Amino acid sequence: MAPTGAGKTLAGFLPSLVALSGAPRGKGARRGPHTLYVSPLKALAVDIARNLDAPIAGMGLGVRVETRTGDTPAHKRTRQIARPPDILLTTPEQLALLIAHREAADFFSELRCVILDELHALVTSKRGDLLSLALARLHRLSPGLTAIGLSATVREPDELRKYLVPQTPPPVPAPMADLVVVRGGAKADLRLLDTGRTLPLAGHTAQHAMPAIYDLIRAHRTVLVFVNTRLQAEYTFQELWRLNDDVLPIALHHGSLDASQRRRVEAAMAEGRLRAIVCTATLDLGIDWGDVDLVVNVGAPKGASRIMQRIGRANHRMDEPSKAYLVPGNRFEILECQAALDAVEEAAQDTPDARLGAPDVLAQHVLGMACADAFDPVALYDEIVSAAPYATLAWEEFEAVVDYVATGGYALRAYERFAKILRGADGLWRVRDARVAQAYRMNVGTIVESAKVKVRLARSIRGKPGTVLPKTGRVLGEVEEDFCETLTPGDTFLFAGEVLRFEGLSEDEALVTRAGPGTDPAIPSYAGSKFPLSTYLAARVRAIIADPFAWDRLPRQVADYLLLQRSRSVLPGERDLLVETFPRAGRHYLTAFPFEGRLAHQTLGMLLARRLERARLRPLGFAANDYGIAIWMNRDLSERIAAEPGFLGELFAQDMLGDDLEAWLDESAMMKRTFRQCAVIAGLIERRHPGLKKTGRQVTISTDLIYDVLRKHQPDHLLLRAARQDAATGLLDVRRLGMMLERIQGRITHRALDRVSPLSVSVMLEIGRERVYGEGADEILAEAEAQLLEEALS
Amino acid sequence: MALGLRLEKTHKAPTLTLAGEALTLDLCGGLWLSAHRTLVVSDLHLEKGSAFAARSGQFLPPYDTRETLACLHEAVVRLDPARVVALGDSFHDARGPERMEPGDRAMVAALQEGRDWVWIAGNHDAAVHEGVGGRYADSLTLGGLRLRHEPAAGAAPGEIAGHLHPCGKVAMRGRTVRRRCFVSDGSRLVMPAFGAYAGGLNVRDRAFEPLFPAGFTAHLLGDGRVFAIGRAMLARD
Repeated sequence: MAPTGAGKTLAGFLPSLVALSGAPRGKGARRGPHTLYVSPLKALAVDIARNLDAPIAGMGLGVRVETRTGDTPAHKRTRQIARPPDILLTTPEQLALLIAHREAADFFSELRCVILDELHALVTSKRGDLLSLALARLHRLSPGLTAIGLSATVREPDELRKYLVPQTPPPVPAPMADLVVVRGGAKADLRLLDTGRTLPLAGHTAQHAMPAIYDLIRAHRTVLVFVNTRLQAEYTFQELWRLNDDVLPIALHHGSLDASQRRRVEAAMAEGRLRAIVCTATLDLGIDWGDVDLVVNVGAPKGASRIMQRIGRANHRMDEPSKAYLVPGNRFEILECQAALDAVEEAAQDTPDARLGAPDVLAQHVLGMACADAFDPVALYDEIVSAAPYATLAWEEFEAVVDYVATGGYALRAYERFAKILRGADGLWRVRDARVAQAYRMNVGTIVESAKVKVRLARSIRGKPGTVLPKTGRVLGEVEEDFCETLTPGDTFLFAGEVLRFEGLSEDEALVTRAGPGTDPAIPSYAGSKFPLSTYLAARVRAIIADPFAWDRLPRQVADYLLLQRSRSVLPGERDLLVETFPRAGRHYLTAFPFEGRLAHQTLGMLLARRLERARLRPLGFAANDYGIAIWMNRDLSERIAAEPGFLGELFAQDMLGDDLEAWLDESAMMKRTFRQCAVIAGLIERRHPGLKKTGRQVTISTDLIYDVLRKHQPDHLLLRAARQDAATGLLDVRRLGMMLERIQGRITHRALDRVSPLSVSVMLEIGRERVYGEGADEILAEAEAQLLEEALS
Repeated sequence: MALGLRLEKTHKAPTLTLAGEALTLDLCGGLWLSAHRTLVVSDLHLEKGSAFAARSGQFLPPYDTRETLACLHEAVVRLDPARVVALGDSFHDARGPERMEPGDRAMVAALQEGRDWVWIAGNHDAAVHEGVGGRYADSLTLGGLRLRHEPAAGAAPGEIAGHLHPCGKVAMRGRTVRRRCFVSDGSRLVMPAFGAYAGGLNVRDRAFEPLFPAGFTAHLLGDGRVFAIGRAMLARD
């Protein structure tokens, strides 16, 4: 474990290089690699190969290093199996394919060392689950294997130590790998960017700070400007170029851009030809940029460890301080930035807890193991529970997974005769045929991209407005299908640094034209953050608010704002929940400030609205941001609370996470999306491969239809359980909501006000950006229908 | 919340007149011809899930047939039709009937009990001629109405067809709603697919243009009622 820039990657290879250079080279080729290196990014694997080549050649070690990624051509892959290199650099997905290979047992028999890079980033996702299962297999194929994890500083190093070595069932204490900690490194020089301007109470664009950021770019060699979302990246890029009188080379980098364009930006950066890159989390990890001398983080930091990672991208040398600025977008974000500054000062970490292995990933792995060789279920189970994320897996659950892989795991045994894996008379499970194995290989991996639509420039036909020639221009990148669905022809939006006009869809492509100069994009950049505020930072923000002595460190405008809140209402204690109720424009409002992140708040808002409805307070809508929620209703809530003192406590009682939650979750679009991801990972439906077109309505079945049918007829199916497990900890943050409700029991501070308080203004400003409660499909349809009537009557 | 909406069916199902006959557009996606006491449903695609398992090894939940039949059962109990017409593609493929679970088979028999049951041939199930009760036909004439699976080319007054699985999409304030729908221009009508796993084709697709040269109204199946939406308000996919 070492801070970024300590050189841990090369250190990880040293034992292997020593062993390989000392070993006499036998006559026969080796049967498999001596050392395996796994990185979350294929670009990183390629980069490491380059960095290893120099010392190996320089010292004349004669060690062969090769990469194996999704880009490796087939002939090279075949050769790598026949004539393996000494050191093989690869990704978790490619490793999964390798261990599912028929030759895997032989190929990995000489493996002595496996190095897992950026382990802290891998273990927090389903990719980490997949990798843990592969590692368990490697430990079995090559007993005595040394696993080395390379990680940035994390909160719970013991979790990573367990991840690396085979686990044993309790009561034996969990085995752990040795820990080597590299301390120190120069302390980061991290500051809040104070532009002296008054910040808005909501919004994330940080428009006010753009000139200051531009000045920073001018004053530095190379600057990385991190933002939280793709749309924020587009916005920032656009604004910086508006100011770019010196025509500095400023580039844009995010996951939706065309891959070749991203590679060009990366190459230009590596060659030192750029002065700044505006980028999203796509550059959080990885490549050693060398000459970056400043990092600017626009928007809320969201987590202490995340911000430290980003800062570490600057000045990749141990002995010099990394320099970085935090740029808050609104007054609340100043608080969050201050909390992050304090956390960095104390080197506090808030990396997430260890994961419980996902069942859908396990299903994929079980099929892969059947592809490798016939398996004995007991032996495979023992191997799987030696992987830390699956250490608590029950035998029955494993059996359910095997049953799912074989025939879909349905109570109605409809698919016995089509089984993908079959149990022979010898008790071993085998894959049915080569076609099943082929399907496995096509669907391996845990990254399920949301369906994407290519964005292509089209030429408009002169004299025929609204018509364009398809397939004429180049592809600018991809946008999520969900985003594209909300566009109607004529809408303008920011993409790839330009204002584009949406002309329509042609097959699987969104056709766009360049909007005229000076056009403002009509579709607002959705500027919320997709990362939830970490529990740790949230607690620090609450602590700052609760402690007036801490306000000295805050910019004056924030301290003034908090003072105003204290005089108009109250500031909540560190562990308290502040609830305010007040009338405004004929409606009655409730605001609450749990500081648990937008996703948890949305769930909370929906549940509170249901309760208020049952209490006949007639809720109309709600809005949420990272810090709080606002709900508005027709009836007077203040009056009700005055008349019924226990009402508020009951409203926020923990039992709200019961039937209401279940009912709402099951209907939510988020849950359907989560289900789709589980279904793809577990191989229920096949991945859509880029380049492979949809061939008509009969070929694919919408996962929403599948979800609805399955939920009705077998609600406890493995994949529904998998989706619920994801919802609890992932996108919907249900677990966090539960922890919050527990924390605030008996600690609700309520103020009935006669008007909106300063604190409440911030969340009230979110109103209008959010969907209104009760606005179901039928309300939308009714509105469209009304327009037809209007036409008919006019 | 959505459930609440479904329960309060305060709206009466809309009625259209085609070739002088009154048609009721039922929220379940079926068409009720009260004068003939006939219920028409189209594109059931029974055993589509098992067809996927047999053909491509994808194990979709094998409950689509019973789900589709349950919806049909609800409509039959409510309307008590003298005749049920399945307007083609009732089975996803010719071997569908033999893959059917005994329970589902019994359900079909129960539905057929005491009524005239007509299987109109579709392109997916043209080869199915026996084994599931009822009678088989290529098309059916009821008064001024002509019931067939595939819409005929050119003008076809009084035609009721399926085959195209029409869906309408409404996009408003950053939200979209996509629902199955009936499509009609007052002369002919295309029915929505009834099957649980039947997909949908956007009514703005080119396939609908020759059928409705002068435009159409789509009747979208909402949660609580059927909504008549003009072509101008319908978005492309």
